[in-house]
Amino acid sequence: MQNDKSWIPYLLIAPSVIFLALLFLLPLVQTIWLAISEGGVPSLANLQTMAGDLNFRLAIRNTFLLTLAVVPIQIMIALAMGSMVAKVGAGRETILWIWTIPLGISDLAAGLVWLSILQNSGYLNSLLFSAGLIERQANWLSYQTPVALFFAIAIAEIWRGTAIVMVIIVAGLNQVPKEYREAAEVFGAGRWTRFFRITLPLIKPALQSALILRTVLAFEVFAVVYALGGSNMPVLVGEAYTWQNQNQNYGVAAAYAVLIMVISLAATLVYLKAVKVDPERLP
Amino acid sequence: MSTAARPSSFGSARAVLLWSGIAVLCAWVLVPIYLVALGAFGGRTGVYQWPKTIFPAGISFEPFLLFLKTEGVAGAFMNSLGAAAVTVILSVLIGAPAGYALARYNFRGKDGYRLLVLLTRAFPLAILALPLTVSFIRIGLYDTVIGVGLVHTVLALPFAALVTQGIFLGVPRELEEAAWVFGCSRPQAFFRIVAPLALPGLAATAVFAFVISWNEVFAASVLTVRHRTLTAYLLTVLAESPLHYRFAGGLLLILPSVIFIFAVRRYLFAIWGISSK
Repeated sequence: MQNDKSWIPYLLIAPSVIFLALLFLLPLVQTIWLAISEGGVPSLANLQTMAGDLNFRLAIRNTFLLTLAVVPIQIMIALAMGSMVAKVGAGRETILWIWTIPLGISDLAAGLVWLSILQNSGYLNSLLFSAGLIERQANWLSYQTPVALFFAIAIAEIWRGTAIVMVIIVAGLNQVPKEYREAAEVFGAGRWTRFFRITLPLIKPALQSALILRTVLAFEVFAVVYALGGSNMPVLVGEAYTWQNQNQNYGVAAAYAVLIMVISLAATLVYLKAVKVDPERLP
Repeated sequence: MSTAARPSSFGSARAVLLWSGIAVLCAWVLVPIYLVALGAFGGRTGVYQWPKTIFPAGISFEPFLLFLKTEGVAGAFMNSLGAAAVTVILSVLIGAPAGYALARYNFRGKDGYRLLVLLTRAFPLAILALPLTVSFIRIGLYDTVIGVGLVHTVLALPFAALVTQGIFLGVPRELEEAAWVFGCSRPQAFFRIVAPLALPGLAATAVFAFVISWNEVFAASVLTVRHRTLTAYLLTVLAESPLHYRFAGGLLLILPSVIFIFAVRRYLFAIWGISSK
């Protein structure tokens, strides 16, 4: 563009820069400072309180296990959805619309949806009862059944969060030129070879952003857990919420926030390294 | 399709497999929503009916209407709409110009700016509401719809900037330059030529901003006490609500965003193709 107009782009981005500075960077710094200070002087007290808390280890373990259980399954279901829908002509739009519905559903609502199925007089128990597998209402969501509760939360998360992965992956698949696969087919590559050697490498950028997005969101898991199990299964964000709202201890809440951010950032870096995307090959 | 060329038995077996897979995954999405709707319309008696059947029995709008009339629900619903409106307006007003700058100009600091926008993606943004409690109390934004909307805008803004960048890249630069040649000023050219072409994409961006705000739980719960959004309200009354109220709440949360997603279904994949680059 002409030199005399060179201020225009800065004018255009200025509002968003100011906005992000005030409501993203500033609170970020504030959170870190809150976590590592006590009464205005640097201190590790909050971090120590956090680490010494009864629920701390449990929260870390549960959050990590949930992420490990949920994210890979979501990626696999999304890849299956993408490959299936690629073979469909008529009806493709409708199928994709149905599969994207959970995109509009909050984690709280997803928890409540699965509560209607998994509560004591709910549909799962009714089904098992009718099949003669249980004699009376089984409890899946109490603190006495941590494994069942874990699976319930994982299922609700998979149900809700797969849509976003699917959308990203289908968008990625749409950009893969058909000729590549056809060429591979001509040269005698089988279905799986084509998938692993052609399709998968070509949708790496989509895969990478889906992984980053979903993993960051998985470490933020909170409302699903609360809707299904109350405080029966501690998770990191749930602890931050409790310290902030119930205990009114902003320092320890901030310590949890910093921990979650460090984990999210680390996961993002791991994905950026592990799923290498060649910038030359970006469409 | 491609299966037609193969021996028919083999091809049709594959087709059966394909379509049953698709059917199962559709049911996986739809059946739970249907069941929570049954719960919302079934009322107290429906909740404790045992064993349940998946066919509607004793269904009426009464329990759902009763839930809507419960103290706090209507207010929370309006607050959610308000926060979402703030989010939509701010994220489009602030995000679209940034997207336009990214699409049309090369400027020093462009990479740095893109990095800032992408950086937000690696952070659990809602958690940043924690320290904002204190500053919001100080400046009078705590427990207000606008305060919640501001924080939700942080969630929606990076998305809006990246998506609008893609939308403006899709509007040929030549059209705009032609308008300049014919004597339009830059703002005139933008509003007469570019904006109409970009409008559907901008509308879709707005819908996503709405959904992001409507569904957000954590920041809304931390930043409000009396003026709760619907998610924050449901979260706080959850423990003491009867089950059928919880299901009604779940359904009320689901309905608007599902309708909105339906409205933008044609743009979903194009937009995510853009924003996930």
